[in-house]
Amino acid sequence: MIQAAGADSAIGQPNAIAMAFFFVFISITLGITFWAARRTHTTEHFYAAGRTITAGQNGFALAGDYMSAASFLGIAGLVSTTGFDGLIYSTGWLVGWPVVLFLIAEPLRNLGRYTFADVLAMRLGQTPVRIAAAVGTLATVTLYLIAQMVGAGGLIRLMFGFSYEHAIVLVGIVMIGYVLFGGMIATTWVQIVKAVLLMSGALLLAVLVLARFGMSPAALFAAAAERYGSEVLAPGKLVAKPMDAISLGLALMFGTAGLPHILMRFYTVPDARAARKSVFIATGLIGLFYLLTFILGFGAMVLVGPDTITAVDKGGNMAAPLLAELLGGTPFLGFIAAVAFATILAVVAGLTLSGAAALSHDLWVSVIRKGRAEPGEQLRVARVATLALGIVAVGLGITFKGQNVAFMVSLAFAIAASANFPALVLAIFWRRYTTAGAVTSMATGTIATLVLIYLSPTIQVDILGHSSAWFPLKNPALITLPLSFVAGMVVSLLTPEPAAAAGFTRLERQTHLGLEPE
Amino acid sequence: MSQADSRLRNLDRARWRIALGLTGVMIFLYFGFIALVAFGRPLLAIQLVPGLSVGILLGAIVIVASWSLTWVYVRWANNVYDPAVRALLESGR
Repeated sequence: MIQAAGADSAIGQPNAIAMAFFFVFISITLGITFWAARRTHTTEHFYAAGRTITAGQNGFALAGDYMSAASFLGIAGLVSTTGFDGLIYSTGWLVGWPVVLFLIAEPLRNLGRYTFADVLAMRLGQTPVRIAAAVGTLATVTLYLIAQMVGAGGLIRLMFGFSYEHAIVLVGIVMIGYVLFGGMIATTWVQIVKAVLLMSGALLLAVLVLARFGMSPAALFAAAAERYGSEVLAPGKLVAKPMDAISLGLALMFGTAGLPHILMRFYTVPDARAARKSVFIATGLIGLFYLLTFILGFGAMVLVGPDTITAVDKGGNMAAPLLAELLGGTPFLGFIAAVAFATILAVVAGLTLSGAAALSHDLWVSVIRKGRAEPGEQLRVARVATLALGIVAVGLGITFKGQNVAFMVSLAFAIAASANFPALVLAIFWRRYTTAGAVTSMATGTIATLVLIYLSPTIQVDILGHSSAWFPLKNPALITLPLSFVAGMVVSLLTPEPAAAAGFTRLERQTHLGLEPE
Repeated sequence: MSQADSRLRNLDRARWRIALGLTGVMIFLYFGFIALVAFGRPLLAIQLVPGLSVGILLGAIVIVASWSLTWVYVRWANNVYDPAVRALLESGR
C-alpha cells in the first residue's frame, strides 16, 4: 500500500494537462478583468471596488490575498521533511488574523478611504505621515514581491518547464493586465477564484491521503512515526533557539495587521460590520487550510518520502505536487500546478495594487499635489504606478534569480509589524500621539528592522558566509516592535500637538459613523 | 459633554476592553504554545493514541481556538455593540 514515488515524475517536463488548466484559469480571469474594466471608471472603483464587495466575497478574497505559494508549497514541504517543526509555521501564519479583527479592521474601514495612511492623516500632519507610511508600505510590498516573483520563477520552471525568465515575465504581464484594467474589482475576483481553487485542491488532496489510512489522521501520523521515528511528531532542531521562535512569532502575529495589501481589502466592503464578518470568514478558511497542511505534509512524508522530495527540489517545495501526482496521476499534478500558479498571481496582484495606491494616493495626490488633483488624474497616476511597479517587480525577480529570498517574506512581516502596525494602533487608540511621534515610530521601525536583518545570521552567515553574526536573532521583531512603540510614545510626549488631540476627538466619533461618501 | 457623548464613550471603552482582552488571550495561547515547543519537548512528544502527539493536538487547538475567538468577538459586536451604538446615535439625532 505504502510506496515511495519513483524517479519518473512528470515534474519539470511540459505537462499538457497543467497547460490546459492554466489556460482555462487565464481565460476565466482575463474574462473577469474585461468585465471589471467596464465597471472601473473612478478612483473608488480602482482602489476599493466601489465598496460593493460583500462580507462573504471579501472573506474569500482576504484568504486568497494572504495564502501565498510559500504557505501552500513551502509549509507542506517543511512538514514533509521535518515533521512537527513545520507545523509551528502552520499555526504562526494564522494567529495574526484575530489581532486584525480585534484591533484594526473596523476602525480602519470607518476612518480611511484607500490606504492605512488615511487613518494617520486624519488627525496628524498630512505630508510627513503620508511620506513615512508610503515608505513603510513600499518597503513591505517590495520585499514581499521579490519573494513571490523569485518563488514564481522557480516553481513555474519546475512545473511547466518554462525558463525562469519567461516565467517571471509571464507572471508580470498577466498580473499587470489584471490590475491595470480591472483594478480592485478584477483583483478581488482573481483572489476569490484562487481561494476556491486552492481550498478545493487541498481538500481533495487531503481526502485522497486519508483514504489510504482509513480516514484517520492519527493512523497517518502513526505511519510517519513508524517509518521515520517518533521524533517527527515532536519539536526538533528547528526550535533549538527559543528566542528565534518568539521573535518570528511576534512578526507573524502583528505583521499580518500591518500588511498594506491585506489592510486595503477592508475598504472594499460597504461598512464596518461587513469588514468584521469578512475577517471571521477569512480566519476560518485560512485556519482550515493550515489544518489541511498537517495532512498534506505528513501524507507527503509517508507516501512520497523526504528523499524523493528533496531530490526534486532542495527546499522541499514540490512535496504537494509530488503527492498529487502519486495519488491522482498527471491530471491531478496539472491541476495542482495550475493552482500554485493562480496562487502566485492573486498575491502579486494584491501587492501591486496596494503599492500603486501608496504611490498615487499617498505620495502623488496628497503630498505632491496637496490634495488638489484634477478629476481623473488620481486614476491615471494609479495606472502609471501599477505599470511601473509591475515592471520593477519583473526586474527584481530576474535580478534576484538563484538567491535565497525566503527570508524576505519574514522581513516584510517584520517591517509591517514594526513600522505599520505600531503607527496604526497608536493613531487609533492614543489621544496624545503626534505627527513627530508617528514619523519617528515608522522610521525607527523600518530602519531598525533593515539594519538588524543585515547584521543577523540570515545575511551574515547564510548569505555572506561569515562565521558569526553581530545580532543573534534571525528575525528582529522582538527588538524592533517594542522599540518602534517606545520611540513613537516618547517623541509624542516630548512634542505636544493640540491639533492632533483635537483630531482624536473627531476620530472617536468617526469610528462609529464612517466617512461621508466622496 | 452631553449624556449621549459620555454613553458613547463608555461603549467605546467596553469595546476596547473586549478587543484588548481577546488580543491578550490570543497572545497567551500562541506564545504559550511556542514556550511549550521550546521548553516542553517531553510533554509534547507524548502520544495520546498512537500517532497523535500532544504537540500536534495543541497545534490544531491553537488554530481552532483562534477562529473561535473571532467568533466570540463577532457575536458580541453584532449582538451587543452594534445595537447599542445605533440606539445612541438615533437618540442623539
